[in-house]
Amino acid sequence: MLKRTALYEDHSQAGGKLVEFAGWEMPLYYTSILEEHHAVRTQSGLFDISHMGQIQIRGAGAKSWLNGMVTNNLDRLKPGLAHYTLLCNDQGGVIDDLYIYQTAPETYWLVVNASRFEADLDWMLKHRPADGQGVQIESLRGRYGAIAWQGPKAVDFIDQLVEEVAGGGGPKPNPSALKKNELGEFRFAATPIWIARTGYTGEDGFEILAADGILPAVWKQCLALGKSLVRPVGLGARDTLRTEAGYPLYGHELTEQITPVEAGLSWCVGFDKPVFIGRERLLQQRADGVPRKAIAFKMKEKCPPPRPGYGLFAPGTTAPAIGTVTSGTQSPSLGAGIGLGLVPPALGKTGTQLELEIRGKKYPLEVVSKPIYKK
Amino acid sequence: MESNVPQNLKYAKSHEWLLIEGATATVGITDHAQHELTDIVFVELPAMGRQLTAGEACAVVESVKTASDIYTPAAGEVCEVNAALAGNPGLINTDPYGQGWLFKLKLAPAETGQGLLAAAAYRSQIGS
Repeated sequence: MLKRTALYEDHSQAGGKLVEFAGWEMPLYYTSILEEHHAVRTQSGLFDISHMGQIQIRGAGAKSWLNGMVTNNLDRLKPGLAHYTLLCNDQGGVIDDLYIYQTAPETYWLVVNASRFEADLDWMLKHRPADGQGVQIESLRGRYGAIAWQGPKAVDFIDQLVEEVAGGGGPKPNPSALKKNELGEFRFAATPIWIARTGYTGEDGFEILAADGILPAVWKQCLALGKSLVRPVGLGARDTLRTEAGYPLYGHELTEQITPVEAGLSWCVGFDKPVFIGRERLLQQRADGVPRKAIAFKMKEKCPPPRPGYGLFAPGTTAPAIGTVTSGTQSPSLGAGIGLGLVPPALGKTGTQLELEIRGKKYPLEVVSKPIYKK
Repeated sequence: MESNVPQNLKYAKSHEWLLIEGATATVGITDHAQHELTDIVFVELPAMGRQLTAGEACAVVESVKTASDIYTPAAGEVCEVNAALAGNPGLINTDPYGQGWLFKLKLAPAETGQGLLAAAAYRSQIGS
């Protein structure tokens, strides 16, 4: 039995094409992946991201314990701020990538991949201090959902979503005043909701965390406010948008066998922290180098769309593949094949010419910097 | 969503349609198939003159999400391919039985599309 989000009825009524994703019944698209992609780049789109796992870590010992679990340094956070981070195993392999929203001095709200929710929770419970030591780990699954409102027009409407509160709401008076990675507590229908200026599309936008009970009302109100400048967007466009932005997707660019240093995510590793799981291996890789590194690429001529698993080759040789495509698609914004992959570091510099093999034929590509699509 | 299944065509279980007109036939994919595939962004068509046996994989239709082999529903020689698809593969989504056709065959002797499904049978296969 597939799990359904609080917005299932809304997706059905909107004609969403529902598919299985990580055990959830989710919309792949409503009208067309391409139309929805372009809407997010030029206007705005509304995503149901309630399938993502939400976990709260609270208590006097929350910060020091959590800081030993994740790679990024929680010293960089404060209430009202969020950041991207990774959960690694002892070998530095990535268990999951996630966002941590600090909502209060001793409260961290984690949003994790749907496919990794159980693995994350198991890992954290396994490493919980024996006596608790003031650390509470609580799953919000089945009680909280989330909506992402992404695209250049979202900022024009987001303030109308929330109620004016006497004496002000959170640290910022309006959601539109939030800067990138900032969040605040606001009110909708006399109920607290949390809005952050975060997203997974490469566009400006917001992510809204709210109780399942009011989530359908929030969804409907976003659509009512944005009118022709907002539309529901499914997982299909979510994938093409994130690929153009060069963002990793767990299971593709990140696995338990790939480290943050290999994945090009050293920027979210707090090497200055004295202790965190995976630190020794990551320090060693930073000093000694890595056997492979993540790249972004763009096809140089018309060709079939790159797909995960296709081989990457040094040009003009008959040598075996030097790397692999981890994500690939036809970029709706660029009208060209694009992708992400893993190659030896010497062949991963921006501007390097490589080839991709599709059904026995090789096509030229160039290693490019991220984001692949720049406005 | 209700799929369009025209009465005058024959259908393969693998979701191709066949329109026989005398000694030649036109091949495409069904409305149901294009809807399942999602937005089509690339099409690889068989070479002109290629001899095909019924059921042979001979073309590839690629959507944003995935690549799908296309199997010819009938035997024959490829005598025309839809050149418009190179520049506008989305025609398969917008007009799967018209401008989105894939290729034409000079039918092999005695090829009548036997074994293919009539519209009603295909409709029941896709539960439409």
